Formats: sequence, structure tokens, C-alpha cells
Amino acid sequence: MANIKINEQKVQQIEAICKKFNNEKGELINVLHQTQSLVGYLPAEVQEIIAKNLNCSVAHVYGVVTFYSFFTMIPKGEFPISICMGTACYVRGAEKVLDEFKRILNVPVGQTTPDGKFSLSCLRCVGACGLAPVVMVGEKVYGRVSPDGVKDIIKEYK
Amino acid sequence: MINIKIDNKEIKVAPGTTVLDAAKSVGIKIPTLCYLHLHDFDITNKPAGCRICVVEVKGRRNLAPACATDCFEGMEVNTHNIRVLNSRKTVLELILSDHPTDCLICPKSGSCELQTLAQDMGIRQIEYQGEQSHYKEDTSPAIIRDVDKCIMCRRCEMMCNDVQTVGVLSAVNRGFMSVVAPAFEMNLDHSTCTYCGQCVAVCPTGALTEVDHTNQVIRALADPSKTVIVQTAPAVRVALGEEFGMDAGSIVTGKMVTALRQLGFDYVFDTDFAADLTILEEGTELLDRITRHLKGDKTVKLPILTSCCPGWVNFFEHQFPEMNDIPSTARSPQQMFGAIAKTYFAEKLGIKRENLVVVSIMPCLAKKYECQRDEFETNGNPDVDFAVSTRELAHLIKQANIDFNILPDEDFDRPMGESTGAAVIFGTTGGVIEAAARTAYEIFTGKNLEKVDFKQLRGMEWIRHAEVDFDGTPIRIGIAHGLGNARKLLQDIKDGKSDFHAIEIMACPGGCIGGGGQPLHHGDTSILMSRQKALYTEDTHKTLRKSHENPYIQQLYADFLGKPMSEKAHHLLHTHYFDKSKPAEISE
Repeated sequence: MANIKINEQKVQQIEAICKKFNNEKGELINVLHQTQSLVGYLPAEVQEIIAKNLNCSVAHVYGVVTFYSFFTMIPKGEFPISICMGTACYVRGAEKVLDEFKRILNVPVGQTTPDGKFSLSCLRCVGACGLAPVVMVGEKVYGRVSPDGVKDIIKEYK
Repeated sequence: MINIKIDNKEIKVAPGTTVLDAAKSVGIKIPTLCYLHLHDFDITNKPAGCRICVVEVKGRRNLAPACATDCFEGMEVNTHNIRVLNSRKTVLELILSDHPTDCLICPKSGSCELQTLAQDMGIRQIEYQGEQSHYKEDTSPAIIRDVDKCIMCRRCEMMCNDVQTVGVLSAVNRGFMSVVAPAFEMNLDHSTCTYCGQCVAVCPTGALTEVDHTNQVIRALADPSKTVIVQTAPAVRVALGEEFGMDAGSIVTGKMVTALRQLGFDYVFDTDFAADLTILEEGTELLDRITRHLKGDKTVKLPILTSCCPGWVNFFEHQFPEMNDIPSTARSPQQMFGAIAKTYFAEKLGIKRENLVVVSIMPCLAKKYECQRDEFETNGNPDVDFAVSTRELAHLIKQANIDFNILPDEDFDRPMGESTGAAVIFGTTGGVIEAAARTAYEIFTGKNLEKVDFKQLRGMEWIRHAEVDFDGTPIRIGIAHGLGNARKLLQDIKDGKSDFHAIEIMACPGGCIGGGGQPLHHGDTSILMSRQKALYTEDTHKTLRKSHENPYIQQLYADFLGKPMSEKAHHLLHTHYFDKSKPAEISE
């Protein structure tokens, strides 16, 4: 399949994650979860390594990866931007904020800018509904974001 | 036993019985769609996903899927009250709302389970109009995936993973976009698909079908510069009749020959001829290895594995390439036939191989891929030009206005139409190894084999083993059908736990009688049992029942090949295998 492009050390780390879960097929979601936090995303070759170690088909791994929106096969940007689409944020205009991010960065949700700097995603509630609408860049939380404020947030990371 | 009431009928059933089975036992046929139960193989698919089989259970708030709901004491079920009928109809209309309505020109038209359901339930309009899901069409050398027609019953996924353990198909994506596909939604020909066709054999709709070669055959038949010959695989003659309304297990060999002649084939030959030839080559190889082994030669590889089944060959090339040197090097009967036809027979006719078109009628979809393999061609001209399935042959016959049921019986042409009973049973699990045993016994012992029926090798159990007594020398034989079972035997060999001398493997449940190109059984495995019985009947009707007694095979060796495993035989009748464990690059 795709030639292994990730380095040998990462391969060993992924294998270690599999082993931590006793190479159990039933632990696939946990393995994918930890692998994604290690690698940042789940490219084809990573899914093949996991399938081989858990002794299940690659098609099955891919099926699980594509079922859960949390898992991604696209590398996150240097500064991952997440817009909360929870009920409170949504009714206070999160969609307009999202549209502004899409317009300025010129990428759809789930994608990364060509320079690898920003990626755009949506999430459901970060538990800061009082600050709605909420945007996260990496671990930093921005509250009461208006469409006008979007360009200032992006500027901070340029 | 527990007491239940279905549609006011009081019945007793064993604990663990589903509502569907309980209803069936009293003549109530609840419609199903995703559900599939292959009784004789103990294979069941019941994801309870389609909800067509919903019934009302007294005291339960929502409707219950009959296929996946167990009966309980005092249960009261209604299978057709107005609430059930309305829900069932809504479910079907919703499925149809995301399904193309090109039934008239769909390859599955007439044998589609969704179409039948829509007919039975009298659907005349689809109330729900909206977006439809669209996917790219995927055409491989043998199988076409038209996923727009997929209803997510997941029968194919079950066959591919649980039965065949090939693991190519899986449900991917979510919600409206969910679909059954190979990993990374690559095309089948980039995956480790063996083209066994079992997904096609169980697909209820037109989502999975075979690549149709009937037009190429019609064109070849119409070309005056071509001599077109045909070979028919053993399993076709006991299944073709079903396409014309005959009972399962009807033997239609003579009618099939007549029909092929009326279609315009210049010579109607039999793959069984090549099956006899296979026995001489494979049997000789088997004896050579066993004899050397018995003499203490430690380099000899045992067990020897049969190599007639192209789905099985694809399987071990993909999954066990390190064991490529264990299977017999003998080509499959289809390819042996092609190689002999385009050399020996073309010479006899005095024509160039390019002007000889070889068509094979096969119960199999992997045969379509096999005849396209590079190693089976000479100067770009394939040994076998087209492999068409039993179902495609039925279409050809219907198109040519031939009333199959009233055809007289005719016999195959000579020389390549003569065959023995040993060749006929190639079409069922256990048949190839029984045929090999008949010939190997006589060569090994130098004695005449009186009782040719090796009953211990017959049956339908997934994995069988038996001993055959070669006049004091016990030969241990293993048999597996279904690739998941083949995997178990292969793993044993890999782990050094196998003590068989020879193993026969067929990819499809039942062997070729259950092939992916056969008339659809729609889950009724008694059809396969009838076909198997018919093959053994056909065997007993033959005068000659041992491959080496076929006079035309003897003549072929005398005139052309020399002896089994000769240099010429090696060149034409044997092959080698490839390591295909590293699939093609995925195009991003």
C-alpha cells in the first residue's frame, strides 16, 4: 500500500500503543484515539500498521476512522482552529463566525490551509456557553467572537 | 418449549427461536431484505438494519425486527396489522427514495430482491423525493460495484470478512454517505480481492454484478474469419437449467451442448477434458512428492495443495505468499484447455492461434480474471479469450431465441469433449481430490481400482479429513471449502501442525456448484445440495470414471505432450505464483 513515509520511531510508538491494548481488535477505537494524539492524524499507512497489529482488515479500520468525525485523515494545521457549534454558540451566531473563517482562510471545514498553518474544524460545546460563541485556537479559548473579530484572531498567528 | 401466538396461531417453539423462524414454521412468510441465512453452512447475516421484517409485539412500545427478536413465553405477535403494514411500506419507500429506478436496464432486473419486495408490497409511487447518494462506479476484471444501488444490507461484508476472511469490504463513512467499500475507497483491482464473487452471489440488488462478456462473444461468433470454440465447466451443467425454470439439480448437459451448437460455436468442447488432463499432471506431481517423501527426501514440500481454483490462487498469492511453493504448479482446467486448444488443436485445424477464439462457460467470476493474467498469453493473445458465467450463458441462449426446455440432447465434439466421471465431480468440494485419488491409486499401486467411490471424501462440512488406503500406504487428505476454512488449514501448515499429504481447496462454499457466476440461490442452500448430488449422479452415468482412461487424453500425450510433467507439459500446463502481498499504491 502507500509506502511508509512516517519515520521508524513513530512506527514503533504506534506498535507500542497497540501492544498496550494487548493488540485487541475490540480496542480499535482506543488505539486510534491515542495514535491520533501521537501523530496528529490517521493517514493510510498508520491505519495499515494498526490493522496489521490488531489482526483485522484495513477496510475495517478505515470504516471506523470514517465513521467517527473525531478521527481525521488530514493533518491538522500548526494552529488548529475549532468553532463551537453547540446550541448556545449556534444561536448566538457561530455559523456566521465560521463562514468568516472559511472566507478568510479559503478552506472548507475539515481541511488545512496549503501552507499548513491553519486547519478548520467544528466541535460540540467546550463547556463555556456563557462566552458563546466560542472559538478555540490550539488550547486557547476566545469568547464572544463576532465575525468582525475573526481577522484579528488570525492576525495573532500570522 | 415456550408458547407464543403469531397472527392468532398458537405454537410451541424452542427457546432462542426468532420470531422470523417461528412464523416460518407455521407458514407465515415475513418479508426480509438484509437477512440471509445459509442453512447448510450455518452462515447468518442479521444486522437488523433494513427493518423490512418489523412486526408488532404485544406490550412492546416500538415494532420489533422479526429476524433478530427472540420469542419469549406468552409472546403475542402480529405480522400484518395496519400499523405494521404502514411502517413496512414507509421503510421500503425510504430505501427506494435513495435507489436508482432504472430497473428496466439493471443487470439484476428479474432477480433483484428489492424489486421483488416492491412488487409484492405494491409500491406504485415513492412519496419521499430528495437528494440521492452517488458514488463512483468501480469496474474490476471480474466484478462491478455500482454502489448507488447498495442498500447497506451488509451481506457482502459478511461473506468477505466472516466466511472468506478476505477482508476487502467494510461499511465506511456515516449516515447518508455510508456505503460498503474497500479500504480508502480504492477500487477492487487495487485491493486484495480474490474475485471469488461470493459478494455478488448474495447481493440482493444490482450493487454487485459480474463484468458481462456476452457482447464480445456474440461479436466473435459473427466474425467469419474466426473459429470459435467453447468449453463448459462441470458445475454449469447441473445449474443452468434453473435459469429456465427447471428444478435445482436438473442435469442439462445434452441440452446445453445443443444450445451452444445452435448459438454458432464451431466446436463444443468440455472443460472436463482438461480436468482429466489436470488429474494426470497434478496427480503425477502429487505422487512424485509423496514417493520422494516416503523415501525420506527431506526437501520435498508436503502437503501438496490443489491449484484448480483461481479465487484460491489469488488468496494465497495475497495472504500467504511465503507458501507459494506448496500448491501444485498445475494450471486450472480452464487454462489447460486454452493452452492445448491454441497449440495442439489450432495445429490440427491448421489455423493461427489469433484466429481461434476460446470461450469458456464458468460458474465462477475469478475465471474472468484468471484468463486475463499475463502469464496465460502468447504474443498478446490469451489462451482463453472470454470467460462467461452460467448466468451470462442463460442470457445468450435467451437472446438467440432458443427454447432451452424442449431442446434435444446432443454430445460434445471430439477430441476435447471426451471426459470421465472423475472430471465431472471437479465441480464440487471433495471432487478434485477424489478424482486425483482414483488415478494416483492405480499408478502408485500398479493395481486396478475396483471401487472408485471414495465416500469418505464427500460431504458439505467446511473442513474434512480422511485417509485413503493406497494398498497399505495410508494417504492423509484434507479438504476445505470457503476461504476462511482454507486459511485455517494454511495456518496449520505454517505452524508445522499439518500432517496431510494432500489438501484440496475451493474458494466458494460447496465448491464450483456454489460459484459466484451460478444462478442465484437467494439463500436457499438446498439448491447447492441438489447440484452436488447431480454431479455425483452424472459421474456414475459415465462409462469411464478414471481420468487416465480417457482415450483422447492418452492420444494427446502420445501425439503431442509426451508424458505427464514432460518439458512440453511443463511449458503449457504448469504455472508459477507471485507474491502479491504488497497491493498497488493508493492514488491520493
